[in-house]
Amino acid sequence: MRILVVEDDPMLLDGLSVGLGLAGFTVDAVQTCEDASSALAAQDYDAVVLDLMLPDGSGLDVLAALRRRKDATPVVLLTARDQVADRITGLDAGADDYVGKPFDLDELAARVRAAARRGLGRADTVLEWRGVTLDPARQTASRDGRGVPLTRREFGVLRALMERPGTTVSRAVLEEMLYGWQEEVESNAVEVHIHHLRGKLGAGFIKTVRGLGYRLAEESP
Amino acid sequence: MSSIRTRLFAVLVASTGLVWLLATLWIYVDTEAELERVLDARLTEAARMVRSLLAEGRVELALGGDAAAAAVAPAPAGDRPYDRQLSCQIWSLDGRLVGRSEDAPRDRLTDARSGFSETVIDGETWRVYTIEDAELGVRVMVGDNVRVRDRLVGGVITGLALPAGLIVPFLAAVIWFSLRRGMAPLNGMARMLSSRAASDLRPLPDENLPREIAPAVHALNGLFRRVEAAREREKSFTAFAAHELKTPLAGLKTQAQIALASGDGAVHANALRQISAGVDRVSRLVAQLLDLAAIEAGDRAPALTRAPVRPLVARVVAEMPPARDRAIVLAGAEDAAGPVARFEPALLTLALRNLIENAVNHAPEGGTVVVRVEAEAGRARIVVEDDGPGIPPAELPHVTERFFRGRGKSATGSGLGLSIAQEAMDQTGGALSLANRAAGGLAATLTLARQEEER
Repeated sequence: MRILVVEDDPMLLDGLSVGLGLAGFTVDAVQTCEDASSALAAQDYDAVVLDLMLPDGSGLDVLAALRRRKDATPVVLLTARDQVADRITGLDAGADDYVGKPFDLDELAARVRAAARRGLGRADTVLEWRGVTLDPARQTASRDGRGVPLTRREFGVLRALMERPGTTVSRAVLEEMLYGWQEEVESNAVEVHIHHLRGKLGAGFIKTVRGLGYRLAEESP
Repeated sequence: MSSIRTRLFAVLVASTGLVWLLATLWIYVDTEAELERVLDARLTEAARMVRSLLAEGRVELALGGDAAAAAVAPAPAGDRPYDRQLSCQIWSLDGRLVGRSEDAPRDRLTDARSGFSETVIDGETWRVYTIEDAELGVRVMVGDNVRVRDRLVGGVITGLALPAGLIVPFLAAVIWFSLRRGMAPLNGMARMLSSRAASDLRPLPDENLPREIAPAVHALNGLFRRVEAAREREKSFTAFAAHELKTPLAGLKTQAQIALASGDGAVHANALRQISAGVDRVSRLVAQLLDLAAIEAGDRAPALTRAPVRPLVARVVAEMPPARDRAIVLAGAEDAAGPVARFEPALLTLALRNLIENAVNHAPEGGTVVVRVEAEAGRARIVVEDDGPGIPPAELPHVTERFFRGRGKSATGSGLGLSIAQEAMDQTGGALSLANRAAGGLAATLTLARQEEER
């Protein structure tokens, strides 16, 4: 799940990148309104964590511009101004959630997950497909009740597919979801992850759609 | 007495009463004197009339006869209280009573030979006028009973005092009412002030104010405005301070949670490093907030001392904490006699230290911060130069605003340093100017008050 974090404080930005990364997100981090706007224009994110007081303007402006473009990307506002009036302003400007500083990292991660889930139009917190269960909050997967150990990337690929059952997801999209800007993507990285997943969940769980990408198999092999 | 109205009332009633009393006294004295004169004139006239009657022979004088028989002299026609006021006696020069008016005492009215005199006869005081007529050989005496005179004066005074006695309570009522009307604006103001909440700092309405309370209302409104402004400043300061503290605290908490959660040694170590740096930053921020609060709370016109600038600058530079691998250099010879200026040492130290810190924070690794003391046109200037990125021109006007942190901000900055320097210079009578150097980096200049300037 790829998210954009907009925060001007370097220490907090570092904490958010690392902390949300540990929580299973692929994090792109920017420090200004301008950079946030260009990132949002260039890339689809599952959610945005947006600070309000930025050096070149207010996060609310970024949010307003986003909503003007009919972009429904879930936005969690992050700010030290957490008076009720500020929260109301933020939510009415189109934010999906509002977290006051200082916050609990796990809570923030949960709120971002919830916002992203609602963004995909899902109510279930746990994904299920043919005996395989995926819990994004705990970052655990199980098959027929037995836990299956997955790496962070494998989990990301599986989640991307399970969030869109029956849909073919291209390799490029999977790469975008898995890797942030600074990360080097090896040319066959996605194939390797798919290969490992098949090994752990059964060879027929993920189908290859030649020339298009991957999707979950409909029936038992 | 704490009520102005009661006090005014007492003063006005007392002074009105006193004026009435004095007026009555004056009228009394004046009336008495006037009455005396009129009555004396009457005596003289009556005496002359009697004499002329005698002289023209209209009245028979029984010079040899019994005085008791002769009842002469016209009694003045008058109303009852003043009936028979005048008494007349006609004596021969050799001392026989030749005639007297009705009711006149039988005893001789006076021993004076002529003119006015007063005599006591049978316990009654008489005022008598005597004319001597040598041709006729008589002495005409016309007298007034003084008791009657006093009754006359008494009547006049009673006529004055009675209305006064009635008028003073009426006046008191009028004064009381007028005072109430007159004090209405004050009362209105007092009512308005006592009915509003302590936090209500709206100005009082100042239209159609009486001239007397206008200064008080204006002063009060001025005070309200200042308190309101101070409160606003404090509120925005607190809000900003809270904001600026919350962000690093959020960073600290996040990093601490990462340190707790991550098993990866590198991530763990990075988080701890961040926490350590973050604590330094928060400490510095708190110190700066306290500095700023101290400047704000400080004396508005601090005592300036006249001293050479360079020793202070040298001390501040020497006392700066080691700045990682950025060098802080004080340019110029150690013993150079620098310019002299007027300044407040503590404020100047604060301003300079914050500028140097700012420069150090923005200088690149291995960079140099140069501090110079210059004299130009009688002014002492302290210039702090760094070789960092400088400040984008669009941000230059804003960097001295509190908590402003531009795009080129450093990791440890709080956005307060330049603002502290600015406020400290404002108070010590100097100026702070910022400019980007042609060679790159920022030059911050503190210009101190002219050394000749006496404040």
